[in-house]
Amino acid sequence: MRFLPALLLASLACATSANAVKPGDPAPPIALATPGGDAVSLAPLRGRVVYVDFWASWCTPCRRSFPWMNAMQARYAKDGLVIVGVNVDKRAADADRFLRDTPASFRIALDADGKTPAAYDVKGMPSSFLVDRHGIVAWIEEGFRDERRDDLEARIRALLAQH
Amino acid sequence: MRCSRSTDFLLAALATVALAGCATIDPPKPWEKGDLARPSMRFDADPLVDKAMAHIYQSKEGAGGGGTVGGGGCGCN
Repeated sequence: MRFLPALLLASLACATSANAVKPGDPAPPIALATPGGDAVSLAPLRGRVVYVDFWASWCTPCRRSFPWMNAMQARYAKDGLVIVGVNVDKRAADADRFLRDTPASFRIALDADGKTPAAYDVKGMPSSFLVDRHGIVAWIEEGFRDERRDDLEARIRALLAQH
Repeated sequence: MRCSRSTDFLLAALATVALAGCATIDPPKPWEKGDLARPSMRFDADPLVDKAMAHIYQSKEGAGGGGTVGGGGCGCN
């Protein structure tokens, strides 16, 4: 029976996620497609600041974050900001309906299998990962709260200023 | 009674299998909660109807909190 404590410890170690993404880590690769079928990945976006947002049709704060992301895209695209909205809906029709009600002017990627949010170890919906020009995660935002808009925009602007 | 080495091993193996079983009932990940968020997963069919029903029930009981708190009616708790 003296193995039991070791076993319990081992199972605990397995249970806690070993692949948690932290600021300072390289952003895990993304290999997805837009609803139109175009490939979406991070590698060609090296050199730009990328705001990776995980959203779903059933997530209410996501609905409120879209107008803000549209505004950010419009304001900072010329400075090198790219927003990638990764949809995690199981049914593509749900994402379609959401996008009809809440149009997005940034690129959308579909991930029904949930491989990407698993790789990023998303802790809540929505979650956003701000990636700098070198492909390093600079900031992780969980949820979308109106009072966080200014701070997020300042972080985007600070990263855009870095070259 | 002293456990033999093989019993020891057997128990450890059983524990491993039992623990592995726990892995299959992993709670859904944050991005997998689409079905749980569906309106049909609510306890109440319609929050507004629910509120109206609670209001009628409370006024029939004749006390604030009549819908949830046991007793009441005389206002003396």
